[in-house]
Amino acid sequence: MAITSTVSPDGNQVTIYIQGRFDFSSHQEFRSAYEKLSHAPTHYRVDLQGTSYLDSSALGMLLLLRDYAGGEQSNIQIVNCAPDVKKILLISNFEQLFDIQ
Amino acid sequence: MNDVRRLKILVADDTDTDRLILESIVRKEGHTVVSACNGLQAIEVYNAERPDIVLLDALMPELDGFGAARKIKELAGDELVPIIFLTSLSDTESLVQCLDAGGDDFLSKPYNRIILQAKIKSFNRMRELHSTMLTQRDQIVQYNNRLLQEQMVAKHVFDNVAHSGCLNANNVRYFLSSLAVFNGDVLVAAMRPSGSMMVLLGDFTGHGLPAAIGAMPLASTFYGMVPKGFSMTDILREINGKLKNILPVGIFCCAVMMDINFRKRKIKIWNGGLPDCFVHRHSDSSITPVKSTHLPLGVLSNRAFKDDCEYIELEKNDRIFVWSDGIHEARNAAGEMFGEARLKQVFANNRNQNRLFDEIIEGVQQFVGGGEKDDDLSLLEIRMDEPERVNAYAKEASDRFGNADIEWSMRFEVKPTSFKVFDPLPMLLNVLMEVPSLRGFSSTLYTILAELYTNALEHGVLKLDSGLKQTPDGFSEYYRLREERINLVGSGYVRINILHKTNENGGLLKVRIEDSGDGFDFANRSHDNLSAFGYSGRGIALVEKLCGGVKYSGRGNIAEVDFSWLKDD
Repeated sequence: MAITSTVSPDGNQVTIYIQGRFDFSSHQEFRSAYEKLSHAPTHYRVDLQGTSYLDSSALGMLLLLRDYAGGEQSNIQIVNCAPDVKKILLISNFEQLFDIQ
Repeated sequence: MNDVRRLKILVADDTDTDRLILESIVRKEGHTVVSACNGLQAIEVYNAERPDIVLLDALMPELDGFGAARKIKELAGDELVPIIFLTSLSDTESLVQCLDAGGDDFLSKPYNRIILQAKIKSFNRMRELHSTMLTQRDQIVQYNNRLLQEQMVAKHVFDNVAHSGCLNANNVRYFLSSLAVFNGDVLVAAMRPSGSMMVLLGDFTGHGLPAAIGAMPLASTFYGMVPKGFSMTDILREINGKLKNILPVGIFCCAVMMDINFRKRKIKIWNGGLPDCFVHRHSDSSITPVKSTHLPLGVLSNRAFKDDCEYIELEKNDRIFVWSDGIHEARNAAGEMFGEARLKQVFANNRNQNRLFDEIIEGVQQFVGGGEKDDDLSLLEIRMDEPERVNAYAKEASDRFGNADIEWSMRFEVKPTSFKVFDPLPMLLNVLMEVPSLRGFSSTLYTILAELYTNALEHGVLKLDSGLKQTPDGFSEYYRLREERINLVGSGYVRINILHKTNENGGLLKVRIEDSGDGFDFANRSHDNLSAFGYSGRGIALVEKLCGGVKYSGRGNIAEVDFSWLKDD
């Protein structure tokens, strides 16, 4: 459940990494990862390389991030999904809302 | 190595004055002198004293210098005893004769003291160099013997690991030859609980020790997983991941893996980097190649690894031939390779199918003749047969197949005091992951269980309202309330029932989750919409997609789903 994040040197891109299970218990951490930044980034990346499972509350959290980042105008990439995790995202039609790599 | 070391020098000269002059020059240099007056005596003194350097007059009575030189060189054996001829002869022929007889140099009379000293020094250096070389040669021989002995022991261990399977089954023939003590090719075979046979032939890049090192984890993974019933793709992935982790870049394993189902007369085959395998049909002797469609094991990360396989139906006595490139690349004395055309010719010429295997080996061996073997050469033949004719294990598994349906169920109840301290999902998932055919679905099963359990807990037991989740702050508020209520919960339960059934083609997992809550009016429930933009309400829709439906009963406090799967083998 460890959530970590890195910000690019120019402050324009934040990458959030989620290890293990992505569910409601990481909600506060996930929110802090993008809300506590001094400078609002223009690009967001959610790296799911280390994510083994996710549930619908994680989907809700991704939508919270999307609205925070500007909704329709947001620029969010979800990268490094394992096939199973990608399947859940696709079943939920998230490819229409996010750039899923 | 030391210039001032005292040497023992033999001086042989029949002229007393010459000998005395020479002796005194040598003594002044600090060396010990032993003397002889003719050739025979020189040999005797040499034998008795074993001097380091010999100064030999060419012309002496009894036996001349040339004869004495030959004999002394012979007695010295491997050791270098420099012989310097002393001669008043100066014609080219005589000087050449000195060297031909085994002399290393000559010194003309009258003696030049400085030159003599320099020659003694120089030959001593050469003598020491030679002796160092001999010692090192002996050490190398000793090391090599020890290495070979260690390899024999290691090979014994390796063979026990690599060849402990069912290669002795009646329908299997194989041939493995190796260049070094160790074989760069690895062949493993084992029976699955279902009675089918799994075989893997691998060819590591390189041969000898570096190649055999990779074969150890490959074989132990294979023999660890096959008897437990893991699917071929799981095993391939596991081996690939292991090899990728441990092997240096550039060392990998070309391999063919097969799962041979004797009951269904079907094989499932994966070829990563080995030459085309041949399926040979008993009925018309035709051959069908099975091409490599994958990268070798140990190259790609597991994420990029591809595990799709080919399925082939076989009749009884159809055969499949698998080989390393050692067969195709075997070279004859002229440097030509055996190649696929010659291999196909062996098949075309065959008149007795039981002889095919021998004819391939003979064909390659005759072709190679005295030529150098370039690579490890491995050949495997698997024949389709009745299970009872393969081996005792296949027969037993086939007999027991009549009741292969496995059924079990588990019930689990979470009580009020454990809601806040215990999350049942990891434990339930662990139980399910003990079923080999479910392992490929771990994420899907997690999502199904998590959604159903979360709903039962949050809405049924904690009576939380999803309506809260409409705003970002509401989302946080929802989880704050969840935390608050879960710490206070004093009544209620969530009951989880899981029923597992298998059949020949796959299985069914029924999950039923009941909570103590008030339920809801499920007859009129609005279907969750996965395209909605809200932050919640996606869970059950997700489960419906994954399971084909969710059935509610009771007062809406019982949810049931069926998750069915097909075995991939």
